[in-house]
Amino acid sequence: MSAPTAWTVAGVRAALQAKKVSARELAAEFYGRIDRRNGELNAFLTLSPERAYAQADRIDAAIARGETLPPLAGVPIAIKDVLSTRGIRTTCASKILESYVPPYDATAVERLDRAGAVFLGKTNCDEFAMGGSNENSAYGPVRNPVAPDRVPGGSSGGSAAAVAAGLAVVALGTDTGGSIRQPGAYCGIPGLMPTYGRVSRYGLVAFASSLDKIGPFAANVADVAAVMSVIAGHDTNDSTSAAVSVADYAADLDKPLDWLRIGVPEDYFGEGLDPEVKEKVQAGIALLERLGCRRIPLQMPHTDYAIAAYYIIATAEASSNLARYDGVRYGLRVPGTTLVEMYRKTRERGFGPEVKRRIMLGTYALSAGYYDAYYLRAQKVRALIARDFANAFQKVDAIVTPTSPTAAFRLGEKIADPLQMYLADIYTVTGSLAGVPGISVPCGKTKAGLPVGMQILTPHFSESRVLQIASAFEKAGGFGA
Amino acid sequence: MKISREDVLRVAELAHLGLSPEEADKYREQLDGILTYVEKLNELDLEKVEPMAQVLYAGSGDSHPELREDVLQPCDVAAPTLAEAPGAAKPFFRVPRAIEK
Repeated sequence: MSAPTAWTVAGVRAALQAKKVSARELAAEFYGRIDRRNGELNAFLTLSPERAYAQADRIDAAIARGETLPPLAGVPIAIKDVLSTRGIRTTCASKILESYVPPYDATAVERLDRAGAVFLGKTNCDEFAMGGSNENSAYGPVRNPVAPDRVPGGSSGGSAAAVAAGLAVVALGTDTGGSIRQPGAYCGIPGLMPTYGRVSRYGLVAFASSLDKIGPFAANVADVAAVMSVIAGHDTNDSTSAAVSVADYAADLDKPLDWLRIGVPEDYFGEGLDPEVKEKVQAGIALLERLGCRRIPLQMPHTDYAIAAYYIIATAEASSNLARYDGVRYGLRVPGTTLVEMYRKTRERGFGPEVKRRIMLGTYALSAGYYDAYYLRAQKVRALIARDFANAFQKVDAIVTPTSPTAAFRLGEKIADPLQMYLADIYTVTGSLAGVPGISVPCGKTKAGLPVGMQILTPHFSESRVLQIASAFEKAGGFGA
Repeated sequence: MKISREDVLRVAELAHLGLSPEEADKYREQLDGILTYVEKLNELDLEKVEPMAQVLYAGSGDSHPELREDVLQPCDVAAPTLAEAPGAAKPFFRVPRAIEK
């Protein structure tokens, strides 16, 4: 099989401006690719050709008139199906929203629309973004395009797989405990979790509100930066979005890494880390040193408690956020003779096993008599983990770790044991709890050919720095498209 | 054992989740495993630690710097919203009887 053209944001722009291709032809090319591969990969749940071709025609008309093109003009993009899209079905990969069509666009989606992007469709994910393998989708698992017997990671598995397979140039995902970074690592592409509050969540279907972030996947770091420049920034419709100015992420990419201090937390390289992953990440750190960074060993003493704190906080917030799916205002309704019976039957039929498990755990952790023992305790541990990061960033400019303890595992391998699945989030949940930005960049492959991801974390609102390090690393290592 | 079958059924009732007997047994076992793992949190002395209630502004004293002015804005979403509601009777949502006669 000959490899299809590897499009990038810059490549699309150049081709459109040189009139080598029209936005409509490009959209059609991508729908052709989706036609050929999606049956196997299951990356897309819903295609939106009507809106995509309308967007493409708008760009082609602007080109014909000789207008200056917006930053993502004609770029075919995939959107995780937890983000509201006006007129396009938004299921959250759940049966409870199987036929839900939002009346408005999420702010991040609206900004992409204004920037000229072409919406190919909505991508598969774990139901309500709960999972690390994409096996919790009510519409079947996604297959990893690199190794189809393996998971693409999750929860944003469809978005990662779509970009890795060349079915979209860029994609939006969401990251609550690793759901952009880990599938990025498993599929061999960069994926960025921005700072908490950096990207408006208006129109994002909430899972855990103190942790949810929206961020991009792309085939290279420059394209991640291009999307971030569009979606970042304050939004009056989201009171948790930060009124902090947005840097020109693309312009900062090529700054040299001279003398950046790279912290390497020893706690992240111990028991449970696959030796091949460890070797690749260590080699990645050595490459950063050759690029002029200084390696500084770190202690992050509360790392070992992060999973426990994360799964109490995330499930407690989920149990509250998902109370809204009750059959009253939208989505599935299973009839009942009383209101409560309708709630119970609707939620029993509409939610899948992992969502139910998390609602139960969260409800338990918040219930009378258990709040202090679980939720309050977890919030205190979260403060300690945030303090670990604050202390570390006194000494270093960035922290580098593996993204995940292993490369992509086989479909079905961990599905029977939820705790084992949770434990695999160990390197990503810490940054999630601290609210700092983090990127996973490819750093090589295992002997079996599976991609390995390296995670780079930096202080709040320093997306420029994390992208700059990732870009220099990617170029020096030859890891990007 | 951290959690009993009765606890599971009580939590399911609080969460308005219907569960089959098999699900109740399976969740009891799985939640028990997770809650046992979470006991790790008891190893730490948290007496003097403040819980983290804000992600970005912990300790800054300014917990809501992004609040906007309280200005009325048009929000004409009743029609598209009701169009998504199961069994709606405009201009109302409609639900089964909530109070017994």
